[in-house]
Amino acid sequence: MSTTTVAHHDEHHDHPTGIMRWLTTTNHKDIGTMYLTFSLIMFLVGGSMILGIRAELFKPGLQLMNPEFFNQLIGVHALIMIFAALMPAATGFANWMLPLQIGAPDMALPRLNNWGFWILPPSAILLTLPFTLALFGVGDGALATGWTFYPPLSVQGGIGVDFAIFAVHLLGISSVLGSINIIVTIYNMRAPGMTLMKMPMFAWGWLITAFLLIATIPVLAGAVTMLLTDRHFGTHFFDAAGGGDPIMFQHLFWFFGHPEVYILLLPVWGFIPQILQTFSRKPMYGYKAQVYSLWAIGALAVVVWAHHFFTAGMPVPALLYFMYSTMAISLPLAVLFYCWIRTMWKGSMSFETPMLFTVGWIILFGIGGLTGLVLADVAADAQYHNSYFVVAHFHYTLFAGGIMGIMAGVYYWLPKMTGHMYNEKLGKLHFWLTAISFNVTFIPQFFVGLAGMPRRIPDYALQFAEFNMISSLGAFALGLSQLLFVYIIISCVKGGQKATDKVWEGAQGLEWTLPSPPPYHSFTEQPVVK
Amino acid sequence: MQGMKKLGVCELAVGAFAWFMSLSAHADYTWNFPEPVTPMALDTLHVHNKFMIITAVIFVVVLAIMIYSIVMHRQSKGYKPVADKAPSTSVEIFWTLIPFAILLLIDFVIMGIPAYHSVVMMEDTRDQSTMVIKITGSQWRWQYEYLDGDAKGIKFVSNLSTTNGQMHNQEEKGENYLLEVDNPLVLPVGEKVRILMTSSDVLHNWWVPQFGSSRVAVPGFIRETWVQVEKPGVYRGQCKELCGKGHGYMPVVVNAISKEEFAQWSNKKQDEQKAANDVKEMSKDDLVAQGKVVYEKNCAVCHQVNGAGLPPAFPALTGSKIATGPIFGADGKYQKDSHLDRVLNGKGVMPAWKATLNDTEIAAVITYERNALGNAAAVDAILQPAQVKAARE
Repeated sequence: MSTTTVAHHDEHHDHPTGIMRWLTTTNHKDIGTMYLTFSLIMFLVGGSMILGIRAELFKPGLQLMNPEFFNQLIGVHALIMIFAALMPAATGFANWMLPLQIGAPDMALPRLNNWGFWILPPSAILLTLPFTLALFGVGDGALATGWTFYPPLSVQGGIGVDFAIFAVHLLGISSVLGSINIIVTIYNMRAPGMTLMKMPMFAWGWLITAFLLIATIPVLAGAVTMLLTDRHFGTHFFDAAGGGDPIMFQHLFWFFGHPEVYILLLPVWGFIPQILQTFSRKPMYGYKAQVYSLWAIGALAVVVWAHHFFTAGMPVPALLYFMYSTMAISLPLAVLFYCWIRTMWKGSMSFETPMLFTVGWIILFGIGGLTGLVLADVAADAQYHNSYFVVAHFHYTLFAGGIMGIMAGVYYWLPKMTGHMYNEKLGKLHFWLTAISFNVTFIPQFFVGLAGMPRRIPDYALQFAEFNMISSLGAFALGLSQLLFVYIIISCVKGGQKATDKVWEGAQGLEWTLPSPPPYHSFTEQPVVK
Repeated sequence: MQGMKKLGVCELAVGAFAWFMSLSAHADYTWNFPEPVTPMALDTLHVHNKFMIITAVIFVVVLAIMIYSIVMHRQSKGYKPVADKAPSTSVEIFWTLIPFAILLLIDFVIMGIPAYHSVVMMEDTRDQSTMVIKITGSQWRWQYEYLDGDAKGIKFVSNLSTTNGQMHNQEEKGENYLLEVDNPLVLPVGEKVRILMTSSDVLHNWWVPQFGSSRVAVPGFIRETWVQVEKPGVYRGQCKELCGKGHGYMPVVVNAISKEEFAQWSNKKQDEQKAANDVKEMSKDDLVAQGKVVYEKNCAVCHQVNGAGLPPAFPALTGSKIATGPIFGADGKYQKDSHLDRVLNGKGVMPAWKATLNDTEIAAVITYERNALGNAAAVDAILQPAQVKAARE
């Protein structure tokens, strides 16, 4: 592998400075930084919403809020965490790291890239504005249907639903633009010699994610548009009185919603093996098997959607089909888990913060995956469905599997992005605080769900009190621990021990051949991969 | 050394979780589903326990391998990585097929076969069923109707009976806080009851954890499920599909009694219902007194006990044009958008009450709203049950 990197000209003379730099930038690193910053801010916003929920659920009875406001918080929390925290974080990494990893000077479509980002802040405002408007007596607050928009409740709702529909439209456009850019970049901008089967795994994860986004986002956009016309223009797509069917919305929504789970996870499954090989000091195991598994999961993702509403009523053959196809996802996933652990096996491991997060991620995401396997069972799902068991399950996949994965990526690449090492001691402390408080929050939710507590209720029967109290305490510890994360990032950006080009002893890949931080325009001459 | 100590914490946490999981495998109900009382719930519990044990075993085995590797293969111990040559594809593919094959066996044989039988059992609502009831969900109460047998024709509404004071921490919470109703569903023990489920407004989900059955109530459609309670007792559950602000306040309570007791209950209930449906002339005071009860049970959730409402979603009744304006037009028929029209037929978020409340209840609650809550309607101040009956026709 030979690489030539020359910073040809002064880094800052050819682009505006100050706010205009960020508004008009077409540089993949600037845009990546904006995505990641936006994601971190929205992560804190979505997190503080759920702390309001956990405070209300600390003990039985209504203490802090009325049920209407409670219902608004749960739905907006989910939309923010999924669309404004997790997805932009993955896109931010793609912007920063894909060109560096495949030896490209920038993303293929830089202006589209700028657009893709600047659509996000207005849609975040659309999502949260109804809270503020309600304070001034306009409308009755944000959408109160949960993030799933199920009609007829969403047809009944106030203007918050319309705001959320338009926010989802904009967020969807942003994702599709980002996906087009990533696909074009990966197919056209790879360094000479880098065949598809020599690509970094992160590029594979994102390529499949991008295809899934382009396949499913339009379905979501269509479904919420039908909802909008049902609300305002007298159509009856989801109204039985006019020949429609409320359950059809669930089919359309989850045709997007289930692949969405993999949209959130596939980029993480891309860089997790890279972190593992770095800190195990040996190449990742089963590269081809992993690539095939990612494709298999991408394909299965779009054919299993109805397991999200088994209790809505379906013919027996449909129940059986969706049960068995859902179980089938565990086959490629088992291959992935095997390859991840086999990469660690007989390596020479060290446990810096990114590796700690990765190991913790494998264990906790494993719990999410295994509980997902039992949830696929239709008969038992009648009990699990919409209970706190499900809440715990998807937080193991999306907080542990998603956000803790992203955190591993942040610690892994932060020295490369900033040129400074973060504070290793604080990083490790952040990991332990996060991992322990996460489990304190969500393990009790498995049990309270089995005992019969439904999700999305503002108050609960006395038998659920103890578990809820433990869960709330865990949630507050989890929330506070993230302030440490913010502090570590800010102090790393500001300064710290100088990072070497390679940063990690065992790092492999083109991004580690560049200086830390990389020059504003990297790879002005294409590296050649042998 | 410090690294090792931290690892110990991790192992401890994971070990504790594994221990919790193994507890859930024994039928210790604090950590598991509540005691099953129907064949379906019993089956579900068995399936759940079996799957939990399988997944716990997978988890522990994989974790043990990983922890072994983490302890042994570390740089700080001077472990040198094995030299990995260029990937020898066929060998790697062979190895990765092993976890694939293990999961294939677990998914489609060990778990798949019992799961198949459970699904077929769960969806068989008709074989040997001896009675049919219809359950209608509406914001935020359940309506029960017996469609055949001894209890044919019995129909009633089941509302939360927990007081407002308990919810707002002004009174001490009772034992069945939020899980108690005024009229529980009554079912005979041992009979397979086919349940037809529907809704009058948004989606609801009728769920009793001890029955193992849960089904969404979809407006405009009939969904089916069944229960066969095998042990007398009072069983409690909740609505499980977000249905608006009262979602947490529409519990399900089922009172399972012996067949003989059920026959007696049916007779008594049918007589009561006949008497209640008799339309008779009532005094204003009687109407207002009964109306207050109906109002506080059904209307106060949104319009508030004092009639102030929660604008803009739930308008105030005090001083409302609808609640003080005329009901009947010159032709003697009730007018569109009048008080009676709104209560009978609903509009937007306001539900239609004609199927839920009987003539006397509607007459009473309208009379109450027009003469209390700070209102004193000048025209049509009193509504008689006979007028409601006529309006329905």
